[in-house]
Parts: sequence; C-alpha cells; structure tokens
Amino acid sequence: MNDTAIKVTGVHKNFKLPHQKAGSIKSMFTNVFSLGNHTYETQHALRDISFEIKQGEFFGIVGRNGSGKSTLLKILAGIYQPTKGDVQVNGRVVPFIELGVGFNGELTGRENLFLNGALLGFSQKEVEARYDDIVAFAELERFMDQKLKNYSSGMQVRLAFSVATRLAESDILLIDEVLAVGDANFQRKCFNYFRDLKKQKKTVIFVSHDMNAVREYCDRAILIEQSKMITQGVSEKVASAYTRMFTEELHASDSDSSDTKWGDKAITYQKVKIAETVLSDQKHLEVQAVARANQDIEDPIFGFSVTNSAGTTILGTNTKIKRQKLGTIKKGQTVTLDWKIPNLFTDGTYYVNVAAVHADGVEVCEWWDGAKTFKVVNEESTPYVVGPRIQVKVEKEGS
Amino acid sequence: MILLKQLVKSDFKLRYQNSFLGYLWSLLKPLFLFAIMYVIFVKILSVDFGVRNSGAYLLFGLVVWSFFTELTGGSVGAIVGKGDLLRKLNFPKYVIVLATSCSALINFFLNLIVVAIFVAFTGIDLSWSALLAPLVFFELFVLSLGLGFFLSATYVKLRDIGYIWDVVMQALFYGTPIFFPITLAPLWVQKMLMISPLAQTMQDMRYLLISDKTTTIGTVYGNEWIRIVPVSITIAVAVIAGLYFRKQSRFFAEEI
Repeated sequence: MNDTAIKVTGVHKNFKLPHQKAGSIKSMFTNVFSLGNHTYETQHALRDISFEIKQGEFFGIVGRNGSGKSTLLKILAGIYQPTKGDVQVNGRVVPFIELGVGFNGELTGRENLFLNGALLGFSQKEVEARYDDIVAFAELERFMDQKLKNYSSGMQVRLAFSVATRLAESDILLIDEVLAVGDANFQRKCFNYFRDLKKQKKTVIFVSHDMNAVREYCDRAILIEQSKMITQGVSEKVASAYTRMFTEELHASDSDSSDTKWGDKAITYQKVKIAETVLSDQKHLEVQAVARANQDIEDPIFGFSVTNSAGTTILGTNTKIKRQKLGTIKKGQTVTLDWKIPNLFTDGTYYVNVAAVHADGVEVCEWWDGAKTFKVVNEESTPYVVGPRIQVKVEKEGS
Repeated sequence: MILLKQLVKSDFKLRYQNSFLGYLWSLLKPLFLFAIMYVIFVKILSVDFGVRNSGAYLLFGLVVWSFFTELTGGSVGAIVGKGDLLRKLNFPKYVIVLATSCSALINFFLNLIVVAIFVAFTGIDLSWSALLAPLVFFELFVLSLGLGFFLSATYVKLRDIGYIWDVVMQALFYGTPIFFPITLAPLWVQKMLMISPLAQTMQDMRYLLISDKTTTIGTVYGNEWIRIVPVSITIAVAVIAGLYFRKQSRFFAEEI
C-alpha cells in the first residue's frame, strides 16, 4: 500500500496582474497597439515548493498573511493549477476553505445540505446515509424544512460545520484557519473536532498562523515565507522557526509604531522601556515607564497591562490595586515606574499597555495601548494562555 | 451526476420564488410572444406561411427559438455567476453549463406540451417521419450547448461577449425564418439563411412535426444532402467550443 497521501514536487505558481484590466474589447485593442509595453506584471505566489504528506498525518502549513499559504492550499484542493511542478493526490480531497460554500437562503436546510454535499463531491447515497447524523449533530431536526434565510446565524454555522465535519470521513481534509473563527463555544467545538480527527488518524492539512494550534495538533509542518518554503519538519521545530522569524524582525524595528494613545494629557508618558524585548526561560519581564505631569494633579493612578497577540489582556495591575497613594504631583514633575513580572508567558508576541488615570479611576489622563512589544521564546512551550513553570513528578509503581 | 441534479433543482426553485404565478411564467412568455406575433403577422398582415396550420407553425417556431435563447443567453453569465463557488471548491466546471442547458431543456419540453395541446385543438396530420424529429432536435441541442460552453468561458475574461451575444441574437431572430415565410426572400438569400444550423433544424422540425409543406434546406437547394453543411458547422462549433472550455476551465478560479 502506498502510504503517501499528497506529494508536491517543485510547484511554482505565478499570477499575472494586469496593470489595467483587459476586460473589454476597447482595452484589448489599445493593448494590441502597444504590444511593446508589458501590460501585466507577474507575481510569484509560490516558488519551488516540494513536500510529502503521509496517510494519517496532521500536517501544518504555516506562514504569514500573503506568504502564499492559501494559494498552496488552493492548489492542493485543485482549485488553482500550478504554473510549474506537480501535485499527486491519493484519495479524495475535501477542502474547507470556508464554511457553507454555496449555501442559499432561499432553499431549505435539507436542500442546502444535499447541494453542499454534492458540491463537495459526495453522492446522493453518501449524503443520505449520513443525513440523520448531520442533522442531529447540528441539533436542527425541527428546522430542516425551513428556508435557510429564516435560520439564525448560529444555526447556519452549525449546519455548515456539521455538513463539513460529518461528511468528510475517510478523506484528506484541507482546513483553512478561517474555520476557527467564531464565538468561543464554536471554537471549542472546532478544536474538539480537530482532536477527534487526530485520534482517528485522518489525513489533515491545516493552514494557520496560530502556532499554539500547530504545536498541539500537527505532527509535521512546513513554513512558507515570501512564496518560498523556509523549513519543514516536526511541528515544534517549524513553529519555533516561525516565532523566531518574528523575533528577528522585532529587533530590526524596535520602535513599533502600531500603538494608540488617548486621554486628556494631564499626564503623559515620556518613555516606556523593556529591559529585554525577547524573553526566554527563567527571565523576568521588566518594564520601566517615565510619566510627566502637565498640570498639578492629585492622587493619579498608574497602571499597566499585557495583551497577547490574540488581543486578550492576560495580566496587569495599577497603583490603586497596590494601595500606593502618590499624593499631589506638581506640574512638570516626573514619575518613574518599574514593574517586574515573572515570565509565565507562553511563546508569542505580547503588547505592553500603560495608563495614567485620575483619582476617580474613570477619567483617563493618558492611555497608551501597545507602548511596547516583546517576544517570548521558551524552551518548553504549551499551547495555552499562560505557561508558568510546572513541576511534574511521575513515579511508576513498583519500579 | 448528483451535482448536476442538485444544481438544476436549486436553480429551478430559485428562479420562480417570490413570483405569484411561479413556474407558469416560463410557459406564458412564449405564449404571449406568440399571441402578439399571431395577431400582427397572421391576422393583420395576413402573412401566408404556405401551411395549413399557421398558428401551430408559428408557435412551434417560437418555442424552439426560446429554447435556443434560454440556453445560450443563460450560459453567458453562468460560470461567472457561480464564481463564489469556483473560488472555494473544485468540481467539474462543465456541470454548470450542463445545468443551464437542463433548465432550458425542461422548459422546452413543458412548452412542447402547450404546443401539443394547441395542435390537438387545431388538428394535425403526424406521420411516422415525426420520429426523426428528436434527432434534429439533438443537433440543435448540441449547437446550443457548444455555443453555451464558448460564451460562458469567454465571458470570464471578456465581459463584452454578453453585449455582443445580445446583438447576435437580435440578428439571428430576424435571420431565422421564425415568424416570416422564408420564401418571401430572393432565392440566394434563402440559400444563405438556410445554411445556418438554427434555421435548418427549425425548418426540419417543423417539416417533421407541423406540416410537410414547410420549406426546408433541402427544398431551397433542391438537394437533401446539403444538410451535411449545417450539421458539420454544428459539430465543429461543439468540438471547438468544448476544447476551448476545457482549456479555459482550469483557470476560471483565478480569473473570475
């Protein structure tokens, strides 16, 4: 038996980007008369990509937006043709680039289910055999004969997800990260489903830039950057390479300007400094901020917080919580704040936000989101929100 | 196959939703056109088609014509209309054009029932040769399907084809002896017009089904074997369009 699921050999993909779209006769004529000028430029979306995926492997494709990973996924799905190179597929590829492709609000749930199944390449029999299961999983038994437009958006997503997941058994699945958007509940369902797939030893190709997910689910992965394959190997190694790529860039451009400030400027932050912008094991995050009062102000509160790349604020504190009364600060006076936080972060990018607030705790003097950015690259990494050092002791009975 | 079935089914449901008479409209459209033409050409201008049953003759011609326009006109935007799907899923693209042709086929056969009822009231003499009619219709179907493949694939790159085809259809409407007896034109014009597979199949079907007094390509040329020419045109159109579509369809997803 051949244990290769997908073999990609030397795939290139170019897109021709016309400078002006030659979509009408008129522009075609004008182009005929200006043959010398190139009317399009070639964009190399992928260059010389080769890799092999084995049956039963959970395979990750990671890369930044615009790196070419979605183009690669579409080539694997057969939606795009490679300009050069060859893709061999053993088995049926079921792509989930978007949920509920082809769903139509004017058709009933049942009709949409069969249409969607047919579009994914399943026969009437296959869909019928799984119909009850799909409907039960989506918890929509009573609604299948209603038009889809009368469904709530939650119901639509449930149906789409149910069709996608229940139908696609025994095939090669291509999953784009867009699948994992939605509310927390839905995300959990998605990730549970991934775990099931992994248990069942399904061949899954997963495109993502969420390194935690890649580390947790993928066996192996490739990293694509600027249309080229940078690394391939075990997911741990690839995920670290991806994180390192960002870290290096962070060093190159230390003054991150993607920050926002607001407030009445009664106090302004002069400078925020991080002792080490790349944290690795055992170190502390040390933040120093200097703020200056622009007017006399009584009992202001100074605070800071840390937000992870997903936008969740994971920790923070302020002088009020710490019961540190500062008294009156005179105009022109500066205050220096030092924060020291143990490194309990998991790998990734984090943002430091600082704030100064009036004594009432409501009126903002200055709030500075993303004042600084730092990176965490640990030796041990977990896919969870925080990663404090956990001591593990295992004892085998009788040895 | 199941995809074709599902696409035709949903196409059908979607087309007539929110309309009170729903499906009846696809029958009423050629009937109204027929009523207008009948009053103008047969009653007011007293055009003589040279056949006994000019009502059925005219109605049948319009039904055939509306099949042709529905299939080709519907194909133009068919691929682009499904662009959203094409960008996200990989399935055989020709199914989209086939689905359009199936919808046109279904309408055509329902329209035929109306023609049959009409004919039943006015009386007609069918002979065994009527059994050849499906063969002639098949020629028309192949021609329309070929054009459909060509139009839908071209429209992806060149939207002008939509307007161009509208104009061509106008010309074909007057260039095909649908609502006028072709014998009104000088013989050399008749010869030119009848070379068109559309005119040839329409007249042949009328000859086989409505009246054996119908002027066909054979009568115009005085030689029945001349049919080789329109049949060859049909085959050429279908083969070239089919190959063109197959070549282009690989790139639909990125070009739409």
